Amino acid sequence: MLLLLLGIIVLHVTVLVLLFVSTIVSQWLVNDGHTADLWQNCTSGNVFHCLTSSTNEWLQSVQAMMILSIIFSVLSLFLFFCQLFTLTKGGRFYITGIFQILAGLCVMSGAAIFTVRHPDWHPEGSSYGFAYILAWLAFPLALASGVVYVILRKRE
Amino acid sequence: MSPFSPGCPAPPGPLRPGCPAPIGPRPGRRRHHSALLALKPQPPSRRHPSAHRRAPRSRPVTGATMSQGAGGSSSLLLLLAGLLSALGPSPATSIHVYTQREVHGTVGSHVTLSCSFWSSEWISEDISITWHFQAEGSRDSISIFHYAKGQPYIDEVGNFKERMEWVGNPRRKDGSIVIHNLDYTDNGTFTCDVKNPPDIVGKSSQVTLYVFEKVPTRYGVVLGSIIGGALLLVAVVVALVYLLRYCWLRRQVALQRRLR
Repeated sequence: MLLLLLGIIVLHVTVLVLLFVSTIVSQWLVNDGHTADLWQNCTSGNVFHCLTSSTNEWLQSVQAMMILSIIFSVLSLFLFFCQLFTLTKGGRFYITGIFQILAGLCVMSGAAIFTVRHPDWHPEGSSYGFAYILAWLAFPLALASGVVYVILRKRE
Repeated sequence: MSPFSPGCPAPPGPLRPGCPAPIGPRPGRRRHHSALLALKPQPPSRRHPSAHRRAPRSRPVTGATMSQGAGGSSSLLLLLAGLLSALGPSPATSIHVYTQREVHGTVGSHVTLSCSFWSSEWISEDISITWHFQAEGSRDSISIFHYAKGQPYIDEVGNFKERMEWVGNPRRKDGSIVIHNLDYTDNGTFTCDVKNPPDIVGKSSQVTLYVFEKVPTRYGVVLGSIIGGALLLVAVVVALVYLLRYCWLRRQVALQRRLR
């Protein structure tokens, strides 16, 4: 029983960490010596300097989706602990699961918009960096975590 | 070391003959202003100046040492006054001109280039306000507006013919102009220069005009609206769900009470 609880919390925290890393790290698109991300474009090489990314509306919507997913995941963790102590026996963690599923959907839509629209603000010919892959990885994990919360029943 | 004479310890140190006494009232002691009272019979807490080997808490005050300490403090005050008077005059008598840094305008509309200034002198009749324009990519700065002796002179032969309007008021420290019917050739830097004799030293200020097809929305509007809208939606839905559940539960309870 305790093992199950620990496993669920570890899964949730993993999703949270993936979301944070993929939102913050500057590695969504990679060229040689050139990395681009949601917030800034950095060039390494002789001189390392970073400029803010363009103010394209689609890029702003991707940023908004990633931020929303983080907000929903954090809220879901907080609500899980609330519900753990206040739910009646046999009850289900609906709200926690719904928020986690919402976070997963937000990550998916953000990554999808980025995939389709990134030629708008970045020239062709770059490969995807690891932060982009982490974002796509966070999506099924978040969905799975949310579904587990919805199925789970509280026992004591 | 004491600043007053060499060889003397800094107060509060042990007292030596010929060294000034520490300045200022000691806490808890009454102060005798006249040092000449040293010749009078002292109360038991006061010591004679020759008893310098006593504990440092005693305070022998002689006329010579007191005036030496006072002279030292007055020389310090004179030095400070001299420094302040040297620093004083320079920033106050220059003229300061303020404009915006960047102005955005759309093609065909009008834009106000505001210029305000601050002068330490009274606004005289000899005040002159000048506007120069340097087109983007060009190295020449042409003069497009001049105000002197109470008369504005706007451009009647150049690029801004019949497009410029003087809306400033030197009495109110405002030297703004309005450019109508913007075009892409108006992209560039405008410089506002104000001279108010005798206050003529100062920097002029520059404003860069950007002409767009349509004004771009500021960064963060889309971001903020998406996040705010989504959170609001979720909050409203959750509140509705809880309200419905609460009403439904209350109805269940009422039904059960009626069935009993």
